[in-house]
Amino acid sequence: MTEYVVRFLVGGVVVSAFAMLGDVVRPKSFAGLYGAAPSVALATLGIAVYHHGAGYAATQSHSMMAGAIALSVYSVLVCQLLVRTRLRAAPATLLSLVVWLIVAFGVWALAGGQA
Amino acid sequence: MTPIRFSSSSLREGHWYEYVIRFALGGTATVFTGLVSSRYGASIGGLFLALPAIFCASATLIEKHEVRRKRQTALAGERRGQEAAALDAAGAALGALGLLVFAIAFSSLVEGSVPAAFSGALFAWLIVSVAAWYARRKWRSVRLARNAEKDDGTAISRCRRS
Repeated sequence: MTEYVVRFLVGGVVVSAFAMLGDVVRPKSFAGLYGAAPSVALATLGIAVYHHGAGYAATQSHSMMAGAIALSVYSVLVCQLLVRTRLRAAPATLLSLVVWLIVAFGVWALAGGQA
Repeated sequence: MTPIRFSSSSLREGHWYEYVIRFALGGTATVFTGLVSSRYGASIGGLFLALPAIFCASATLIEKHEVRRKRQTALAGERRGQEAAALDAAGAALGALGLLVFAIAFSSLVEGSVPAAFSGALFAWLIVSVAAWYARRKWRSVRLARNAEKDDGTAISRCRRS
């Protein structure tokens, strides 16, 4: 239980710090880089190294590559949906999550991922 | 080309509950990743280290701020809000390349030295993201200049013909 409280607090602080950095930099496209900052990754990998060791964190970061490729596809899709279909930000980002899941698991499976 | 600069105006525009939402979302995403890792293993859990959960909230907030800013000047800002969120998404696509390099650097360094893995991966993320952003800006400005040149050329030949 304590581990999950620590996770929540560390994750919240790291994500908020990156989000605030993204708020203060201009132009907007540059600020967007912080939308893909490794905030959850830093918090999770830090805790993974502490609790389970470097090997466990290495496995997590290996799979993270598939997630990052999916994030790139996801961001392009969101951008196109907002510009071409004129969807609002909330539905565009939430609907595209399905594509993120498909691409992430697809790339992970293609790379021979094992649970 | 627009230079990179800092502006604290967005921080003043934000409401306190928006920061609470981000904090809660960040914490929840980290707990969720931990739960997935312990239930389905580190490999599947690792996928969720790049989950765009926070991006959904950030894009919505950016759109909301832009709409609010336009409404203050008695203009409908929906389109402007969507464009601002789209620009943020374009930046996130480039940042995702940096995130990929972060993961590669971390996984290759962590078993040798943990501090080197964290600092090296963060540095790699920053360099690749900024370089990708800069390359895109450069490419766009060259393309715009070429299009403008082409338009000028067409206008001149049209003038000569008439």
